[in-house]
Amino acid sequence: MTPPLVLHLDGVAHAFGEVPVLHPMDLAIQPGEFVAVVGPSGCGKTTILNLCSGWLTPSRGVVRRNGRSRTVFQHDGLFPWLTVGENVRLGLQHLAEEERTGRVSHWLGLVDLLPFAQHYPHQLSGGMRQRVELVRALAGETDLLLMDEPFSSLDYLTRLRLRGELARLLQEQPRTVVLVTHDIEEAAQLADRVLVLSERPARVCDEVKIGASRPRDLTHPAVVQAVHRILTALGLEQEQPAAVTAPG
Amino acid sequence: MCALSASVRPRAILPGSSIVHEPRPSIPLLALVGPALIVAAWAAVSALQLFPPALFPTPGAVARGLITEGMSGRLPQDAVASLFRVGAGFLLATAIGIPAGLLLGHSAVARAALLPLVNFFRNLSPLAWIPFAILWLGIGDPPAIFLIFMAAVFPVILSTAAAVASIPSVYFRVARDLGIQGPRLLSDVTLPAIAPQVITTLRVTAGLAWLVVVAAEMIAGSDGLGFAVWDARNGLRIDLLAAVMVVIGLLGVGIDRLLVQMTRIPSVRWGYER
Repeated sequence: MTPPLVLHLDGVAHAFGEVPVLHPMDLAIQPGEFVAVVGPSGCGKTTILNLCSGWLTPSRGVVRRNGRSRTVFQHDGLFPWLTVGENVRLGLQHLAEEERTGRVSHWLGLVDLLPFAQHYPHQLSGGMRQRVELVRALAGETDLLLMDEPFSSLDYLTRLRLRGELARLLQEQPRTVVLVTHDIEEAAQLADRVLVLSERPARVCDEVKIGASRPRDLTHPAVVQAVHRILTALGLEQEQPAAVTAPG
Repeated sequence: MCALSASVRPRAILPGSSIVHEPRPSIPLLALVGPALIVAAWAAVSALQLFPPALFPTPGAVARGLITEGMSGRLPQDAVASLFRVGAGFLLATAIGIPAGLLLGHSAVARAALLPLVNFFRNLSPLAWIPFAILWLGIGDPPAIFLIFMAAVFPVILSTAAAVASIPSVYFRVARDLGIQGPRLLSDVTLPAIAPQVITTLRVTAGLAWLVVVAAEMIAGSDGLGFAVWDARNGLRIDLLAAVMVVIGLLGVGIDRLLVQMTRIPSVRWGYER
């Protein structure tokens, strides 16, 4: 018997008033799977995530979730009036009071931020804040992690570093993940499956599976190949890369 | 690789000190230069007798007035009376204004129904209420407290409502994710999120209340600093008039210094530092 799906979108479509943003789509996500959703900006990626989290109710279709979900936002998802430690502690409400302090240290330690437990979010850099938000979401022992362009407000190198950190954390603490991003490399490097969306109203125009085991390097052939296929689906690259077709 | 990863690391921050703006080292003597210059100019003008002495008190006369009125206990009594009225009116305005502002900020219906009314009263000078305040409440504490309340409550309501309405929705989404709901949503999200803005409003409003109490007591008082101003004027004691003005100004600064302490609370610093 197959394990129950963590998330199942069944004929889900959405419109804001008269404006359709999402064509009916089906999506079944297996436990432990990492699914990325990429597409042009404004195509309705975030709407899909909001439907997954239950923040939005779809105009049509049904969203079924099994277990708890947490969302990691683009930025400013931490409560600025709480210290880093207190923010992570909020993610641990399922634990008994006396267990929490130890767990806060454990989680902050995983992202090298233990010395900053007493700092407030505005005293940290953007990359550090996203790491805190990431562990706050992971600390909840959630079944489903929803990520809304979590690294897009960061500079390129910090983004690469955090990608690696996320892959490593997921290796230690496996979760089912839906990542919405406009960063195609990010999707190809992190995900098992990438859904490529069209312009609004969004429909899935390609689904790219990446078989190579995670974590993987950005320059891993499977990643490079997936990037090429995604770019092709978006009409940004030719079907056959020039390097391959050039006569040897 | 190693060199790169070192440079990639987010900027390190020393615990304790940080990239937050350190308060500039205070130079207490510098703050006295302005007042010293003013007093010197004042002394020079009165020594040169540019104005008739009956219209322009000397610094010495004012200082003597301050001392004699201070020693006699009259000035302290007036100050206490005024501070009490401001305190009572201001607390009442806060106790009613913040909950009303929360309601207005949360509910579009309440905003539609009440905002025009609040705006009307906010733009109605509290001093215009003085005749009614005397007719309804007589002379003494009640009319002054009423007038201070009328001056303070509407700005508090409006500012609280605006602060609530501008809380980023991401905080409520995070709260929902984390299972924060019901009364905890108010205590753990809404109130801390609006605290910096509300504190700023309370500072401004306390200043307003301190302005209004003087006017209220001049007309509807039998004691207090406003009454002392009026009494000195009626007795043609311009030295005492200036002395009371000095006290009013200093106490106003004192009230603000007291309220500014609220902005030092660690959990509201974020509102002033970004």
